[in-house]
Amino acid sequence: MAVLQMQRISICGLKKDRKAILEKMQSLGVMEISQATEETEGFEKMDTVNARSGFERKAHAADQALAVLDIYAPQKKSLLSGLEGKALVEREEFSQAVGNKEELIRTADAIIAKSKEIAEAKAAILKTENQIESLLPWLSLDVPMSYTGTEKTSLLIGTVSGDMTVDELYGKIAQAEPAPAGVDIQVIHSDKDACFLAIICLKADEAAVEEALRSCGFARPSQVIDKKPCEQKELLEAEITKLNTEIKETEAEITSFAGSRRDLELVSDYFRTRADKYEVLGTLPQSQRTFVMSGYVPKKYVAAVEKAIGDKYDCVLDIEDIKEDEEPPTLLSNNGFSSSVEGVLESYGLPHKGEFDPTTIMSFFYVFFFGMMLSDAAYGAIIAIACFIVLKKFPRMGEGMHKTIKMFMFCGVSTVVWGILFGGYFGNVVDIVSETFFGKLVTVPALWFIPLNDPMRLLVYSLAFGVVHLFVGLGIKGYMELKEGRTLDFFCDVVLWFAFLIGLIMLLLPSDIFASIAQTKIVFPPVLNTVAKALAIGGALGLVLMSGRESKNPILRIALGAYDIYNITGWLSDVLSYSRLLALGLATGVIASVVNQMGSMFGKGIVGVIGFILVFLVGHTLNLAINLLGAYVHTNRLQFVEFFGKFYEGGGKPFEPFKSDTKYVTIQDGKEAK
Amino acid sequence: MDASIWSNLGLVYALLGAAVAVFLAGAGSAIGVGIAGQAASGVVSEDPSKFAKVLIMQLLPGTQGIYGLLVGFITLSKVGLLGGGAAALDPQTGLLVLAACLPIGIVGLISGKYQGMTSAASIGIVAKKPDQFGKAMLFPAMVETYAILALLISILAVNAVQI
Repeated sequence: MAVLQMQRISICGLKKDRKAILEKMQSLGVMEISQATEETEGFEKMDTVNARSGFERKAHAADQALAVLDIYAPQKKSLLSGLEGKALVEREEFSQAVGNKEELIRTADAIIAKSKEIAEAKAAILKTENQIESLLPWLSLDVPMSYTGTEKTSLLIGTVSGDMTVDELYGKIAQAEPAPAGVDIQVIHSDKDACFLAIICLKADEAAVEEALRSCGFARPSQVIDKKPCEQKELLEAEITKLNTEIKETEAEITSFAGSRRDLELVSDYFRTRADKYEVLGTLPQSQRTFVMSGYVPKKYVAAVEKAIGDKYDCVLDIEDIKEDEEPPTLLSNNGFSSSVEGVLESYGLPHKGEFDPTTIMSFFYVFFFGMMLSDAAYGAIIAIACFIVLKKFPRMGEGMHKTIKMFMFCGVSTVVWGILFGGYFGNVVDIVSETFFGKLVTVPALWFIPLNDPMRLLVYSLAFGVVHLFVGLGIKGYMELKEGRTLDFFCDVVLWFAFLIGLIMLLLPSDIFASIAQTKIVFPPVLNTVAKALAIGGALGLVLMSGRESKNPILRIALGAYDIYNITGWLSDVLSYSRLLALGLATGVIASVVNQMGSMFGKGIVGVIGFILVFLVGHTLNLAINLLGAYVHTNRLQFVEFFGKFYEGGGKPFEPFKSDTKYVTIQDGKEAK
Repeated sequence: MDASIWSNLGLVYALLGAAVAVFLAGAGSAIGVGIAGQAASGVVSEDPSKFAKVLIMQLLPGTQGIYGLLVGFITLSKVGLLGGGAAALDPQTGLLVLAACLPIGIVGLISGKYQGMTSAASIGIVAKKPDQFGKAMLFPAMVETYAILALLISILAVNAVQI
């Protein structure tokens, strides 16, 4: 239960060992590179931007090729495949793929080029289809569209707007100067937008006719084709068919690369790690013969680094503790149970330098409260078993995911316990089923009590758990202040508050208000009452006098102290916030009962049983899902707002070691020892 | 004649209470989930891989409706409308039940809407910084606190009414 202590290691080595040492550090993956010293004379940084972007481009090409492969040759994946994690690959297979890296990158480029070809062909098909579309009205024209007429006659082809009639057109043409001798207008096609016409007239009249037509909005077709429209259409259709076969062929070619998928993944990872390495290389100060590499290493790995680097290469290893003004990265180390809630802590913020790691204490409360909010033994069992199976089946899933699922498993177990205490098994399914189908009421008795029958009692307990949780938080604050040697702060911020609050609680317990809530009267002996009064008054006085101790002005100091007393309302609302333990627990149980009740409305018999099972499955799945979400969100809230609010700041930056940050595979060193 | 009608309205008031709890709180959740859903759809249209995260965000304002259902159900079973033998309520008791249902109804309606708006904003956080999911989830949960407090008073009050 702690934040791992970090040390700074600086390695000063010979330039010839530079790559070997870098690679070793990368495979160890325990050092976060952070150069301490500013530019020193004689040391320069290497410009690795070009090399790095080259590697990144290649990794990206392999990634893109893999994405293309996924489209045309999809791998069968189960829904849970996201949990499988990275595949294990033997070092030998990796080296083999890396040996072919140039060829594989060419393959990747080829795959990308082919996918571009397909995209182009698809665009061409779209264009051709548009051409066909614009030809459709002309289909019944049985001469080529570029046909201009015979020796004596002219053919005019074009459109006018849809609301013109042929008679109107004849009328217009008749008014033309000079009057045309004979005109024939054929309507090829007409719809509401346009009227497609073929007009035959004497060659001599062509200009006059066209002029007359133009005044009615006549326009020649935008594209003139020297084939009959129907022939042209067939040609275009043949082109589409050809393009489609081409696409099919290209797709088949891409699919034929599916076998290189693993190799492409390996190469992508190879270039990714090399790019990382060059990024680090670019930050190292180097002189003509030597280089310096410096960074944070958790103390427990320091020996391993010394052994791997210091003993093998000619170099100077300088190990020092973290200086006062340095802010080292944070890495947590907890036991198997508590580490499962590290993800929750991370989402709030890691402890900053010197801060207490609350993971262990939080883990117990987390699981405790989660179970109380869900509080149904059957739901808990489902969650715990499902998580357990997933954990066993996918041992190689990502670390964060592994922790989260483990956390839900523990929460599920806690839910089972609370469910048994409160007598909840799918709500009241035992009662309903026994009464509906067997005619005899059977009830599984609650080990403790049924919350719905006695909500006030559970409310009191919920608030009591809340008080414990908050007091632990305040206690941790005190512990940290003591550790830092701030005894006065410890006394004023923690001891006085404890005295004040405990005094108030002890005054409240024997009162009538509490008796009406808890339905039991607590009677303290008079001595305790006096002690309670003394604690409350003493605490309050102390707070008024001491809280504003930073202020020199005595009046301001008292005012600040009085304002601090006002924080008691904050405590009150914090404690009341724990009533959600009761409310969410009740919600699970009552909705489950509603589901059971609805299911039982089908009555007895086959129909009744089938109806019940259907309602049961759908209803309880929904109820489980929504209450699981509720329990998760509100347990987080109780930790983040109420608990952490008392003592925790967070804001540490996570430890990000320089390591082989692969995307697809984890390389396993088979026989050869590390 | 008139007097007998008025003195028989007890059960009507109680049922009205259950209806108000379910109807107002449900409406609040529907508004809230709707608002959050619009934001969630926008995020998924850009990045479908965030579907699960934004779905959770969208569901957060949905709890008010469930709390309303909860109080409605407790009320119905309290006055015996579910078991078949409805209790004979005098108007005073009926109005007491109605009053007991009001907190979750009204707070559910208002908090549902505002939680939805907060969820929509939090979905914006998830869209830009997916790793801040834990923090983003807290903001809507803050709004819900007041719905939980109202639920608590409604449950306690319904339970406390003597029938």
